[in-house]
Amino acid sequence: MENGNNVAASPEEVRRSPAFGWAARDTSGVLSPFTFSRRKNGENDVTIKILYCGICHSDLHSVKNEWQNSVYPIVPGHEIVGVVTEVGGKVDRFKVGDHAGVGCMVNSCRSCHECAGHLENHCPGMIFTYNSTDVDGTVTYGGYSDSVVVEEHFAVRFPAGMPLDRGAPLLCAGITVYSPMKRFGFDVPGKHIGVVGLGGLGHVAVKFGKAFGAKVTVISTSPSKRQEAVERLGADAFLVSKDPDEMKAAWGTMDGIINTVSGNHEVTPLLSLLKTFGQMVMVGAPEKPLEIYAFPLLLGGKSIVGSAIGGMKETQEMIDFAAEHNVTADIELISMDYVNEAMERVAKADVRYRFVIDIGNTLSAT
Amino acid sequence: MADGGSCSSHEYRSPHHSDRKKAMAELGNGKKQASPEEVHPRKAFGWAAKDKSGVLSPFAFSRRNTGADDVTIKILYCGICHSDLHTAKNEWSNAIYPMVPGHEIVGVVTEVGQNVQNFKVGEKVGVGCIVNSCLSCQNCNRDYENYCPRIILTYNSLDVDGTMTYGGYSNMVVVNQHFVIRFPENLPLDKGAPLLCAGITVYSPLKEHGLDVPGKHLGVVGLGGLGHVAVKFGKAFGMKVTVISTSLKKEKEAIERLGADAFLVSSNAEQMQAAMGTMDGIINTVSADHSIAPLAFLLKTHGKMIMVGAPEKPLQLPIFSLILGGKTLAGSCIGGIKATQEMIDFAAKNNITADIELIPISYLNEAMERLTKADVRYRFVIDIGNSLTEA
Repeated sequence: MENGNNVAASPEEVRRSPAFGWAARDTSGVLSPFTFSRRKNGENDVTIKILYCGICHSDLHSVKNEWQNSVYPIVPGHEIVGVVTEVGGKVDRFKVGDHAGVGCMVNSCRSCHECAGHLENHCPGMIFTYNSTDVDGTVTYGGYSDSVVVEEHFAVRFPAGMPLDRGAPLLCAGITVYSPMKRFGFDVPGKHIGVVGLGGLGHVAVKFGKAFGAKVTVISTSPSKRQEAVERLGADAFLVSKDPDEMKAAWGTMDGIINTVSGNHEVTPLLSLLKTFGQMVMVGAPEKPLEIYAFPLLLGGKSIVGSAIGGMKETQEMIDFAAEHNVTADIELISMDYVNEAMERVAKADVRYRFVIDIGNTLSAT
Repeated sequence: MADGGSCSSHEYRSPHHSDRKKAMAELGNGKKQASPEEVHPRKAFGWAAKDKSGVLSPFAFSRRNTGADDVTIKILYCGICHSDLHTAKNEWSNAIYPMVPGHEIVGVVTEVGQNVQNFKVGEKVGVGCIVNSCLSCQNCNRDYENYCPRIILTYNSLDVDGTMTYGGYSNMVVVNQHFVIRFPENLPLDKGAPLLCAGITVYSPLKEHGLDVPGKHLGVVGLGGLGHVAVKFGKAFGMKVTVISTSLKKEKEAIERLGADAFLVSSNAEQMQAAMGTMDGIINTVSADHSIAPLAFLLKTHGKMIMVGAPEKPLQLPIFSLILGGKTLAGSCIGGIKATQEMIDFAAKNNITADIELIPISYLNEAMERLTKADVRYRFVIDIGNSLTEA
C-alpha cells in the first residue's frame, strides 16, 4: 500500500452498511462524490451520523500524497462530530442521541506499553481515521462522509453546551497543542508560553494558554496579525520573528514554546527566547530537517521536543476542559461542494483559522 | 551563537556588562595594561598558551591574596579537557592570551580566609569549571550556577576585579569557598580530577532527566573522556548501558573493561534497526559532526537524547524523528556546585574514577596533539605536584 499506486480491497466488498462521502482519487488531491460502505456496528462500536468535519492541513498533505503514503481513493477528515445512531451491546459510555466526536485514531493494539499508558497515539499498531489499514485489511475512510463506525474507546463524548461545529477542530488541532502543554507543565498559571505561528493549531494554543492562566506571547512572521492576536484572541504580547530588536528584548523570558509552524524556518532565534531549562515543542512538521546548533541548547539546558496528537483519555479531558472554559476554534463553516476551493485556500493559509464542513446540511448522496 | 560559542562562553549580563565588554575588547586589542605578573600580590607560575597555535610554555603570573571567603589551594593534579584545547587554539573565537587552561583541578588547601568554615588547611579539594557566579539570580538560587548569566569560568574569563582568570595548569589557585569541592578520603586525586568537568557534565543531565533509575536503558554515544565516565555512572545507577560508537575496535574495551552491557556500531544498519525503540535515554558525548536522526530512533516513546558534546556544524534533525514517539533533544552544560559535590561523593562511594594517563608537565604539548586525534584512554592528567617547577 505505497505511493498511491495500489488500491485497497474495495470496502464495498467487505463492509455492509452503505455510506457516501467525498474522496480524492489521485495525487491532484481533487475531491468528488464517492460511494462506499462501513462495517456493521459491532458490540464495542458506536455509529455516528456525521454533522460536521473540520479540514485539517494534514488532509491536504494526504490527498496530494505529500507524505508518500497515500492509498487512493482517500476520504479524509479526522475532526468529526455528530450524533450517535447506534451502540453495540457492550458499549457503556454512549447512548443513541448523544453527541460524539472522532479524532485522528480509530484503533490501536490495546495491549502494548503505550496503550496501557493511555498513549494510543504512540502505539506501533495504531490505526488512523483515514488512509490507514484497518484490522480487517481494508483502508479506513474519514469524516468527509455521512457516517462513521468506531470502537467506543476511540469516540469522544461532547458535553452538552459544547458547540459542535466550533468544537470539531479540537479533535485534532486541540489535542495536538493541549497534550504537550499539559505534559510539560505549560498549564501552570503564571507561566510564560510562546506560540509560534497563528493558524489552526496556533490560535487554539493561544486560547488554551489563556484558559490555563498563562502569559501568552504570539511569535509570527506577519506584523499584520498583531491586532488579531492581542485584541481578538487574547494574547498578552506579539513578537515579529524577523524583528531582531523585538526578539532580543524577549530573550530568556519564556518557560516554553509551542511551535506550530510547518514551513521550513530557523529555530535558533526561537531557542533564545526560552529560559533556562525551557522547552520548545514542535507540533508542526517542516519538510526540511531543522538546523540545530548545539550551543543554544547546551547553554541553558534547553530542549526541543516532538509531539503528535495525544491519547484518548487526554482527548476526552481536553474536550471537557474546553467545554468548561469556552475554548472553541474560530471557524469558517462551508458546504460540502466548496471543499476543493477550501483546500486551495488552506494551501495558502487563507482561513481564520479552520474550515469546517457542514456535513449534516450539505452532504447529500448523489 | 550561530557561529559556535563554547559551552564555556556566555553573554554577560551584569550591571557592569558594558564595562566588562570594553575591558575584554581592550585586552583583545593588546592595549597596554598591568602584566599578569603584577596585577595580584602573590607570585604564581604555570604553563600558558600565548597565541592561537595553542602551544603552551612556562609562564609567570600572579594570584590574589586569600580573601575572607577564599580558599588557597596548592595544585597537585590537573586533568586535560578537550575544551582546554578548543580554547587555547581560539577555536571558539573567544580566547584572550596569555591563557592558562585547566578546569579539572585537585590539590591541598594551604590557607583559608576568616569566613571559611567548611575547609581547613591540609584538606584535599577540587575546583572545576566555575570559580564565581552572581549567587543571587534565579539559577544560582536553585543551585544552577552553571546557567548563571554572570558566570565566571576557571580560565579565560573576566573576573569581578577586571583581571583574567587563570586555570589549573599552574602551581596554585585561589577560589571562593562556594566553588571548592571537598574530595572524600578514598577518592584517588589523580583519577578523580577529570570528574570535576567530565564527571559532572554527564552526571548532571542523567540526574536531571531521570536517567539514574535502576533497570532503565541508557545509550552512550562516543567513548572518550565524557563517554567512558557516563558508562561508569550508568552502571553505578543500575542501568543497562549500551555504547554506540563508530568503531568496532572499541567493543571489547567497552564491554569487558568498562562494563557496558552492549555495543552498537552506528554505521551498522542491522544493529541499529534491531535496537530501535529500546532506550529510555541517550547521552551524546560526540563533538564531531554526525547524524542525529538514527540515534533518535533508538529511543523509546518519550525518550530523551541529551547533547553534552558540541559539534561545530548544526545538527540536521528531520522533525519526524522527534514527533514520532514524542521524543526530546536536550542540551546540558556541566552542572551546579551542589551537584558537583554530590557527584564526587557518589563517585567515591561507588569507586568511580576516570581512566587516565598521568603525564609530566613537560609532555603537555605532545599530549594536546594526541588529544586532537583522540589518542588517549581516556583523559590525560598532569602530575602538577611532581613536575611543575618554576621556570
